[in-house]
Amino acid sequence: MNVLVWAGVVLIGGVGSVLRFLVDGMVSSRTGRAFPYGTLVVNISGAVVLGLLTGLALSGDAALLAGTAAVGSYTTFSTWMLESQRLTEERQVGKAGRNIVASLVLGVAAAALGQAVGAAIR
Amino acid sequence: MAPAVPGSPAGEPMPRRAAARRLPKPDRRELAAIFAGGAVGTLARAGLSEALPHTPTGWPWATFVVNIVAAALLGYFVTRLQERLPLSSYRRPLLGTGVCGGLSTFSTMQVEILRMIEAKAIGLAIGYTVATVVVGYAAIHAATAAVRRVRISA
Repeated sequence: MNVLVWAGVVLIGGVGSVLRFLVDGMVSSRTGRAFPYGTLVVNISGAVVLGLLTGLALSGDAALLAGTAAVGSYTTFSTWMLESQRLTEERQVGKAGRNIVASLVLGVAAAALGQAVGAAIR
Repeated sequence: MAPAVPGSPAGEPMPRRAAARRLPKPDRRELAAIFAGGAVGTLARAGLSEALPHTPTGWPWATFVVNIVAAALLGYFVTRLQERLPLSSYRRPLLGTGVCGGLSTFSTMQVEILRMIEAKAIGLAIGYTVATVVVGYAAIHAATAAVRRVRISA
């Protein structure tokens, strides 16, 4: 744990956030804004990768940089909740509920899949 | 994000697909704002997660706290920037997409839930999931309501 590692956390966190913005934009421009597929794709793909890193059993600085910094910044909880809350405000409660439940079910499944793959190739 | 379309005539809402297609290409300063905000948010989240480690069957306080705080902040920023302040190009990417997005995390939460399930701590997994979603949703709702209340009385 040193200054270089934390400088890496800062840089990688910035890159992960930009990547999230770009992927969200690419998906949303194809699917439209009626349902927040952009955030869903970002979060599920991130859950697969973090599961993979967990299966590879990274430790210490590697886990901090690749997992916490890179994948952690790429995925988002706050936008997922904001989009669900805004859907409810627009009286699209069913869509909001589906957004929450689908993200959770697919998210845990994606993490489990990634972890199994990571453990197999370790 | 599902932005309201203030310019569209009543009864004839602008098609969302069309609205999405007209989004401008991201400019470099917008990406720089996201990068800067994301760097700050990630540093705060990583610092807290290193300071507050937890076992697979313990409550993940670090992730829980950053997610709830980020949700409250995002609800505040987005409502204020969309409904109160004049249009600004870089505040939303810096504060919303950057700081709040970098501060909060979905993937870590999912892996934590997976580990709880693997450790047969099913009650904890359900409690952690429900608490995070309910409190996170309530944080957005409360922050949004707080911003709107100020606008109406002003």
